[in-house]
Amino acid sequence: MAEEVRFHSVFDIIGPVMVGPSSSHTAGAARIGKVVRSIFGEEPETVTIHLYESFAKTYRGHGTDVALVAGLLGMSPADPQLPDSLKIAYDRGIKVAFVPESTQVDHPNTAKIVLTKGDRTLTVTGVSIGGGNIQISEINGLKISLQMGTPTFITVHRDVPGMIAKATDIMAAAHVNIGTMTVTRTAKGEKAIMILEVDERHPELKAQLQAIPDVESVTYFD
Amino acid sequence: MFHTVAELVTQAAAYPNVAELMVAQEMANTGRTREQIRDLMGRNLDVMVAAVHQGIQGVTSVTGLTGGDAKRLDAYLAAGDTLCDPTVLEAVRNAVAVNEVNAKMGLICATPTAGSAGVLAGTLVAVRERLGLTREQQVDYLFTAGAFGLVIANHAGIAGAEGGCQAEVGSASAMAAAALVAAKGGTPDQSAQAVAITIANMLGLICDPVAGLVEIPCIKRNALGASQALVSADMALAGVRSVIPPDEVIDTMGRVGRQLPAMFRETAEGGLAQSPTGRKLMAQVFGEPTE
Repeated sequence: MAEEVRFHSVFDIIGPVMVGPSSSHTAGAARIGKVVRSIFGEEPETVTIHLYESFAKTYRGHGTDVALVAGLLGMSPADPQLPDSLKIAYDRGIKVAFVPESTQVDHPNTAKIVLTKGDRTLTVTGVSIGGGNIQISEINGLKISLQMGTPTFITVHRDVPGMIAKATDIMAAAHVNIGTMTVTRTAKGEKAIMILEVDERHPELKAQLQAIPDVESVTYFD
Repeated sequence: MFHTVAELVTQAAAYPNVAELMVAQEMANTGRTREQIRDLMGRNLDVMVAAVHQGIQGVTSVTGLTGGDAKRLDAYLAAGDTLCDPTVLEAVRNAVAVNEVNAKMGLICATPTAGSAGVLAGTLVAVRERLGLTREQQVDYLFTAGAFGLVIANHAGIAGAEGGCQAEVGSASAMAAAALVAAKGGTPDQSAQAVAITIANMLGLICDPVAGLVEIPCIKRNALGASQALVSADMALAGVRSVIPPDEVIDTMGRVGRQLPAMFRETAEGGLAQSPTGRKLMAQVFGEPTE
């Protein structure tokens, strides 16, 4: 049977080091939150989290709610403050709502997160596939498959001409091959998001992307 | 690159052991050096050992439903009058310790998941002195387990929500059995046999967490998964073989997982979670009855 290779690294299996109690429902949830926060690029004013299937049924027992919010605050799964995230969000004035959904989705551990700040809205769907590993399956209604196991750059930038060319020029100059690329925006001329999944690990290129005029924030994962 | 247990066993012949094959594959995939990769694993080892020691001191879960059993087992072991060989019971005690720390939202290393984190750490800490394992050999233990775990994860899955508890404690127990065989001087093929023997006995194990918590029955399933890893390893070292090849056993686990009804896949809608006491505990923890 030909299955897709979802787990690539030995550290997907032995790891992560994390605050308990569940790798899929706590650590995976925190990672989803953290990636979503990185894509958004700033602290949100409101957070609405839609939970599906196993996430919807067991989120409180597993601390999924606490972990998602911890990630949205920028915490990693091993952060000792993770258990206190709801209080921290409340103290910072972030409005948080959880919506358990009864509709069926492709994977049992799915969360759709809607962040807003002012007029800006970002909707991202994340999936926790086991052992703390995650995928991002949708951004602003656009179906994507972001594996998180591969080196990835995410930029938040102003939607002006030439941004994609500038980013790909940097990759080309460093002999970095782009595997997949996703670009999405909230509205014409507003903020846009570019996701570059590349074949080689080059965290130092983050600074070069950051230096492009009209780029607000750059995140790098591998 | 290995994708199956058969490939893993064949390719390991070109290396000193399975652990070195895993390190080489990780180097090729990530571009990291051997030292960086082994250091990262060493950090995981430190967290695992610390969780065992913390749990044995006696901890209580966030909900108060579980805790203190590792300490009880430690006292029972110290009294020196046990039915099982102390190595088996030490692995049991250690596994309980790690999962009790997990349930209090303490720091653990997922192996392969948090809910099944006790098995690998528990068995390793139980045998490392008796087998005289150096720190490097303990790190090897984790790479060996991870190599077999990667194949299991890609062919059958490791999420309870996808495949039930067989995917979590079953996988963890199989990974530990493989690592135990290697630590005792067995061959890669004997490790593979230990994987098959272990998973074959775990097939169909449901995920039915009371109140959706990673406590009941998860903590004790880790304990018994650790004991089974030791027994499977001894069987494989004795030359016992699985009639069904390891890769077919793993694929079977994946197939059984997909056939499990959702109520047995981490939804707290079946099994012990829906026993009268399970329902009562859920109401007690969250202040409302289950649907």
